[in-house]
Amino acid sequence: MRFLDEYRDPRAARALVERIGRRASRRWRVMEICGGQTHTLIRYGIDRLLADSVEMIHGPGCPVCVTPLEKIDRAIAIASRPGVIFATFGDMMRVPGSNGDLFDARARGADVRVVYSPIDALAIAEEHPEREVVFFAVGFETTAPANAMAVWLAAEKGRENFSVLVSHVRVPPAIRLLLDDADCRVQGFIAPGHVCTIMGCEEYEELAAEYGIPFVVAGFEPLDLLDGLAVLVDLLEEGRAEVRNQSARSVRRDGNERARGIVDEVLEITGMTWRGVGAIPRSGLRLRERYARHDAERRFHVAGIASEESTRCIAGAVLQGKAKPADCPAFGRDCTPETPLGAPMVSTEGACSAYHAFRKYEDVDHAV
Amino acid sequence: MSVERDEIGLVHGKVQFGGVVRDVNLSYTPEARVGDYVVVHVGFAISRVDEDEARRVFEYLEEIDALEASELAGGASSPAGDNGA
Repeated sequence: MRFLDEYRDPRAARALVERIGRRASRRWRVMEICGGQTHTLIRYGIDRLLADSVEMIHGPGCPVCVTPLEKIDRAIAIASRPGVIFATFGDMMRVPGSNGDLFDARARGADVRVVYSPIDALAIAEEHPEREVVFFAVGFETTAPANAMAVWLAAEKGRENFSVLVSHVRVPPAIRLLLDDADCRVQGFIAPGHVCTIMGCEEYEELAAEYGIPFVVAGFEPLDLLDGLAVLVDLLEEGRAEVRNQSARSVRRDGNERARGIVDEVLEITGMTWRGVGAIPRSGLRLRERYARHDAERRFHVAGIASEESTRCIAGAVLQGKAKPADCPAFGRDCTPETPLGAPMVSTEGACSAYHAFRKYEDVDHAV
Repeated sequence: MSVERDEIGLVHGKVQFGGVVRDVNLSYTPEARVGDYVVVHVGFAISRVDEDEARRVFEYLEEIDALEASELAGGASSPAGDNGA
């Protein structure tokens, strides 16, 4: 497919790997925020090709992974109510709650349906006016415009039987938390291309200036990442705390203003507790008061559920770049994509799932 | 592949992904025209692909090739020059 296949060209990848190797005077420590980029790095072995010049530290950019345990438990509770149709992205099905997952709820008789888009969930509400339809609106800034549009449309069309369980997170406050940590080892960031497609580059320019650290906005294909890393290594070598956009084919400096307009109409910034990471001020989004009618947490009164995390999962350390998946004693043994202890083993954007898919047969010692 | 408006004025289009065709909401990329490439996320086009920018990385790689060729021919230029970012 055009604009995909070209970005996987091995000859071009080799040229970029060699260039980075020549340019790096030392081994730089770089974090990629986005879990989609983590998967590309591990799948194509890019971290290993660059092992002498760049250490890749994986970031917390997996929306499924950081969705609070409480929200998973509330999702299961709402889905289990008689008459409810619970619609969700497929990734959320296997995420462990305190006591089972959405697949278990479905096995017990709950009507849980996987949808591709929040608009598909709204269509289910239109087909079934007699049922309560709840969509699990999770995601980063990239997904917020779609989820906000579904709520805006439901209000516009008077679909009173449609509500959303919102668990939305924002990237910049999480970067701030990582950089404020005295143990932070990250020297430069690959900024998330899809998030910047919506938000633009300005928030990262502020972070670069404030913390004196460079950011390169990059896409998701192997050449996107190698090109982004080549530019980032240049900035690091030259000591320049600047932002470069290497994904200009789809990311504009101002992002997508129309998309942000709907998000601002429907959602507002709030504090959020990230699973495995902890509370981060201003890092979440919630429905504005004028859309409270479409708020599933208010509609179903699920605030009082007690949640309990697995004690054997090191997802928190993995999500903060403090440990690699293979450092976990449960990795690939007690914790697999079929029987996960933590969300990063489930999601297609989780670091544990990437290592399990592409490196599970290797000795733990080989993990870098 | 096609662009149309629905009953409440939202713009939709048919988008081909490899071999699969899907209905995509174009509310956030009203500039998209038939024949354009768009980045799609959960049923919404979030950006129109700028083809000139898309070619940039390949032009840069060709420059690297050219520089390496001139080095092999005995030139003294550094391969780690500015990348034009």
